[in-house]
Amino acid sequence: MKRVLFIFPLIAALGIGLFSVWGLTGDRNPSDIPSALLGKPIPNFKIETIMTEGISELSNNYLANLEKITVVNFFASWCLPCKAEHSSLKKLKSSYDIHLAGISYKDKRNDTSNWLSELGNPYHVVGLDISGRTGIEWGISGVPETFLINKKGEIIYKFAGPLLGENLVHFENLLMLELNKEK
Amino acid sequence: MNVNFFFITFALCFIFSQPILAVEPDEILVNQNLENRAREISKNIRCVVCQNEPIDSSNSGVARDLRILIRERLLNGDTNDQVYNFLVERYGEFVLFKPRFKPSTYLLWFMPFLLFMFGLLITVKVLKKSSKTSAPEGVLFTREEILEIERNINNRDGGN
Repeated sequence: MKRVLFIFPLIAALGIGLFSVWGLTGDRNPSDIPSALLGKPIPNFKIETIMTEGISELSNNYLANLEKITVVNFFASWCLPCKAEHSSLKKLKSSYDIHLAGISYKDKRNDTSNWLSELGNPYHVVGLDISGRTGIEWGISGVPETFLINKKGEIIYKFAGPLLGENLVHFENLLMLELNKEK
Repeated sequence: MNVNFFFITFALCFIFSQPILAVEPDEILVNQNLENRAREISKNIRCVVCQNEPIDSSNSGVARDLRILIRERLLNGDTNDQVYNFLVERYGEFVLFKPRFKPSTYLLWFMPFLLFMFGLLITVKVLKKSSKTSAPEGVLFTREEILEIERNINNRDGGN
């Protein structure tokens, strides 16, 4: 009994050590917040559109009724990383059979339209979330954030930050996986 | 004298200072009761931008939006739990500073008590053992030994 007790501190130290190794190495980023919406339907929202012909309102019903794989991208003209990922969005739209929706987050109507005219509009539909309430419904913490939505209208992936480099590759892999499911 | 003056001035700076609050005047509700509840809730909600700060003291835009949203919901008659649920549905339990009591957090909540019981058990065991091995006070020698010692002393005295 006594011997077992002597080993105990060693086991405890080893346990703490291994936990630290797990916590401090690898790709784990403790400030990454997992989305609470994964596997859930598109949250309720209804906002007016801008620079979109034929559609006056962007809403969860509109997106869910598309029955198409949808990418929803939150952006703003005041957001520099959004400018950086702009070409990635253009590439996504031209390379894959998806519906690309943009939501302009806490931005002015004119600033958004100027920004899109200048850089080109990669979106099929653009909604204006001037108050930021739609952003809260989607649980975003900032811009840019990009959601992947399957054909059934469920959110299957969220990425916070600009879609560039390996993050873009990862996003495209998930997108292709989802597109292949239909075949 | 100069040093004292410096320290007193330094201390006075802190006596009259007020904590800087992130809650801006236009957010505050007229109804004191609701305002107090809003403050209580927003102290327990983590800001998703500056993650170790509650939204009550955060200056980020999202934190301000959430503070206003909480007050709106309270004005519409939401209970505190309904407000918490609304936020957890969108941002996950990550935003709660106080984790919920449920099977996956039982270990977290009970660990202090478990560790205390474990420590108590070890302490009691060690104390019991040490009291058994040490000799009781005042009975260092047996009756026979004491008699022998006395005899030896007496013999030595007699020898002189």
